[in-house]
Amino acid sequence: MNVRVRLFASLADLAGVGSEVVEVEPGTSVAGLWRALAARHARLAEVRARPRAACDLVYADWDRSLDGTAEVAFLPPVSGG
Amino acid sequence: MVSLQERAISVDEVLAAARGPGEGAVALFLGTARDRSEGRAVLGLEYSAYAPMAESEMRRIEDETRSRFGVSRVAIVHRVGAIGIGEVSVAVAVASVHRREALEACRFAIDTLKRTVPIWKKELFEDGAAWVEGEEGLAAP
Repeated sequence: MNVRVRLFASLADLAGVGSEVVEVEPGTSVAGLWRALAARHARLAEVRARPRAACDLVYADWDRSLDGTAEVAFLPPVSGG
Repeated sequence: MVSLQERAISVDEVLAAARGPGEGAVALFLGTARDRSEGRAVLGLEYSAYAPMAESEMRRIEDETRSRFGVSRVAIVHRVGAIGIGEVSVAVAVASVHRREALEACRFAIDTLKRTVPIWKKELFEDGAAWVEGEEGLAAP
């Protein structure tokens, strides 16, 4: 299944992309998607603290299954305000 | 009212969105771009957002603030894009019948925004730029 991935701020800089479509096996978790991304973009290995994840605009745990999710975002620690 | 916008924040508009004849108190918070950060001179800021989620999280904060503190109206406005030193980057206004709830709710709203809304600040220095990494974040895997 295809999932749209969004990256932001330092993560987008490291990966060199802000948005891409990744194909994953059914039953893949958020953590599995991150591993697939890290394999595609080597510099993501430089990330010190695990970013937060959001599935379809809602914060999600890393063990959450991606089934039924259209878009996953990986978010560095936020710094708005 | 919540807004994520590139254009400059009008404090008059933010207050007008919150105040009303039934409320005796309006609490206002403004976040402004500072000219120093960790000992270095800052020339400007750039804010980037995951826009649809930032808006939904800001609406969630508006709803939670209203119900948790019993205040009448909450306005939250955050800019994205380039912000000059001294300019307003974020505004929160809360109106309530009495001042205690307005002040507490205003603090809660901005504190929660800074923890949860997917917006990131980049500081521009003479010799480069850097993303500010917030306090929150999971432990390294």
